Amino acid sequence: MKRLTGFWAFTVFLVLLPIAFPDNYYVTVVGGTALLNAILAVGLNLLMGYAGQISLGHAAFFGIGAYSSAILTTRYGWNAWPAMAAGFAFTGLLAFLVARPILRLKGHYLAMATLGLGIIVHITLVQTEGLTGGPDGLSGIPGLSLFGWAVDSDLRWYMVMSATLLLVLWLALNIIASRSGRALRALHGSEVAAEMMGIDTTATKTGVFVVAALTASLAGSLFAHQQAFISPDSFSFFFSIELVTMVVLGGMASTYGAIFGALVLTFLPELLVVFEDYEVMIFGAILMLMMIFLPQGLFVGLQNLLRRLWARRPAAAPEGDSHGAA
Amino acid sequence: MFDQILQFLLTGVTVGATYALVALGFAIIYNASDVVNFAQGEFVMIGAMSAVALSAGENGLPMLPAMILAVLITIGVGILLQRFAIAPARGASVVTTIIITIGASIFLRGVALLLWGKDIFAMAHFSGETPLHIGNATLLPQNLWVMGGAALMVIGVHLFFNYTLHGKAILACACNRTAANLVGINVGMMMLVAYGLSALLGATAGILVAPITFTSYDAGVMLGLKGFSAAILGGFGNPMGAVAGGLLLGLIESLSAGLISSGYKDAIGFIILLLVLFFRPSGLFGKASAERV
Amino acid sequence: MALLEVEDLTKSFGGVTAIADLSFQVPEDRVYSVIGPNGAGKTTLFNMLCGIYVPDEGCIRFKGEEIIGRQPHRVAMLGVSRTFQNLQMFFNMSVLDNVMVGCHLRTRSGLISAALRLPRVIHEEKQARQWARAALEVCNLDHFIDQRADALPYGVLKRLEIARALAANPSLLMMDEPAAGLNETETLEMRNLIRRICDAGVTVLLVEHNMGLVMQVSDRILVLDYGSRLAEGTPAEIQNDPNVIQAYLGGEVQYAV
Repeated sequence: MKRLTGFWAFTVFLVLLPIAFPDNYYVTVVGGTALLNAILAVGLNLLMGYAGQISLGHAAFFGIGAYSSAILTTRYGWNAWPAMAAGFAFTGLLAFLVARPILRLKGHYLAMATLGLGIIVHITLVQTEGLTGGPDGLSGIPGLSLFGWAVDSDLRWYMVMSATLLLVLWLALNIIASRSGRALRALHGSEVAAEMMGIDTTATKTGVFVVAALTASLAGSLFAHQQAFISPDSFSFFFSIELVTMVVLGGMASTYGAIFGALVLTFLPELLVVFEDYEVMIFGAILMLMMIFLPQGLFVGLQNLLRRLWARRPAAAPEGDSHGAA
Repeated sequence: MFDQILQFLLTGVTVGATYALVALGFAIIYNASDVVNFAQGEFVMIGAMSAVALSAGENGLPMLPAMILAVLITIGVGILLQRFAIAPARGASVVTTIIITIGASIFLRGVALLLWGKDIFAMAHFSGETPLHIGNATLLPQNLWVMGGAALMVIGVHLFFNYTLHGKAILACACNRTAANLVGINVGMMMLVAYGLSALLGATAGILVAPITFTSYDAGVMLGLKGFSAAILGGFGNPMGAVAGGLLLGLIESLSAGLISSGYKDAIGFIILLLVLFFRPSGLFGKASAERV
Repeated sequence: MALLEVEDLTKSFGGVTAIADLSFQVPEDRVYSVIGPNGAGKTTLFNMLCGIYVPDEGCIRFKGEEIIGRQPHRVAMLGVSRTFQNLQMFFNMSVLDNVMVGCHLRTRSGLISAALRLPRVIHEEKQARQWARAALEVCNLDHFIDQRADALPYGVLKRLEIARALAANPSLLMMDEPAAGLNETETLEMRNLIRRICDAGVTVLLVEHNMGLVMQVSDRILVLDYGSRLAEGTPAEIQNDPNVIQAYLGGEVQYAV
């Protein structure tokens, strides 16, 4: 089971963390948020990192999932789980309808189209006050309970988020190491060659777009129940950019990198809080510097750095300098 | 009813003129360096905010020097952006450059936030606030300043690119960087000029329109995005198309806000964007391109 | 019945006619070459044969079935595979993964089965890996198997594209200038490879500029000039065709057959 070694190691890590640091705000609350972001990032990473498509509007699907759950449970008295399923289906359908025309575009045009989509959804959430509560948001969203086990503490939410992330991660890793995963990467590598190998590129792009949207919807529903209150502010263009940053920071085409990116970007504001007024400026600066100097992402960049340092260690290979740069 | 529509049209042209300048700035940078500059809106914001800041208080400069200095500052920002954020990342992928310019836009907003906080600022109208009347519609003198100023800039840019050596040199860099280098064009310098010019356009737009719309640290965000939509509507890469796109977008936005719903006003621009991208990606005046296999 | 039949094929781009009223047939189990000066329309022809371009007029039949209007991936489903003039390698993947993409049509598991890692998926992965290895062996590339595609020299990449196309187990393999940029030794290896492929039961449709290679490896040759058929026949017939000599080979040149 070499392929899943990282997965099991990560599972152990997630299980041990709250045991090693009980009642720790940073683990359960901030960590819980990081895990939620990681779910989003893993889904987006399949679309951006593996299939090579750009989406600057991913927050839209997160929002649709959240509001579906919120509206169905508060305004129509649905039970949380059917509501989540309905939101899931609705988001999937929407993503499917939008995917075909949008994914015909490439590069900047695709980026702008997804951006536009995200903003339109956001504005709609703000404007349809009767349904969504408008800019003031929706409150009173009921909590979640699993066969009588109520998710009513930060620790329990940490457990739910961990379990969900691990499930999503497992599914993603399986997809990547399969015919579908290769099709995604082939599509990214050369669309015309992928077509000639029999890959229906349109269907593949649509498929991965929908998968990413569904992951976001799931995360959105969990978010709604966890927060008990949601407003359009959480689903804006800025959050879409944050998600893209997480994926890129971690290095595209690296699922663990996406999780790493989510972790870093969730904990970063906690660190930056110290700098208060400088926070926005520093965030912007980090984005720029990262993309200029480490475009392959922090995760991969660090790996390369470590590799180079390791190759240069004093007890060098007998061939001496003949290797040159690694 | 007619008067109402006339009013919407006048507002639309004013707003459209701003969009046109922003879109033109986008087009210039895209033409010169194949980069979509998400920080374009920030040029507008910096121009306006600097002008306000420089002319504020007892030690403030008179309006005209303040505005000129503000424009120069913004040009400086544009040049720095090119030199330190774009140039080092040449050859990077589309996603990378997009994120760099988004990062730049966030950074500039952060600096503005630091310097000026979240307050909204007003700027004095250039020639007073006595409204002019056309039929039953009213027009502020500032509206005329916006339209006139924008028109002048657009004409200036057109002359620059078509009748001066420097302008043509920039277009040459866009077509074929290597060839431009080989014929002795200083490509690096031309890039700086292109970004500086774009910043100039943005700052001018910001200063012209600030008396009407006020300004704040995040005034540039929506403007940048809508300017981008306008550029795509007009045909990305076609500078005059971008201008037309900007005016058109302003008019459509104003008419729909007035006649249909003002809440969704901001969405109009993006709905148009999506429609253009879905049905005619080359925009109204752009050239379609094909990929060689 | 010929494997591939092309009738009255015409294609124009704007005012330029790339292919005009072209007709020919490719017999099964043979190496069929298309030659002609640059701009004669060879790559346009290829792109039409695999569905990337749609012809203005004419018809293309593969194994009796009309191809025109099919998307490239549906043409591939019929048993057509190709390599590209300007290398379309998946540089973001390893050598093995590249070739395994070639096996895409020989396996069936979809997204959901893959996500759940059903036993069928594991079985298909193993099979695909075997097929890929076999294709690499045919092209003498097995020792590159663990490397990333972006670390390989040009000559190796040309063969890798062929291995990828072979992994699809095609009936027709279209090769667009496989010898471009290769030196003498590599060209000789390519010639042997093409023959090996044909002997194994794959029909080869070849576009090539290297006349030595073409004359030595082809069973039949089609000569294009300005998008029209100039001549068609065996290498010997083509070499002696006065129209061809005048338009293309330029004078009396003899090639060792």
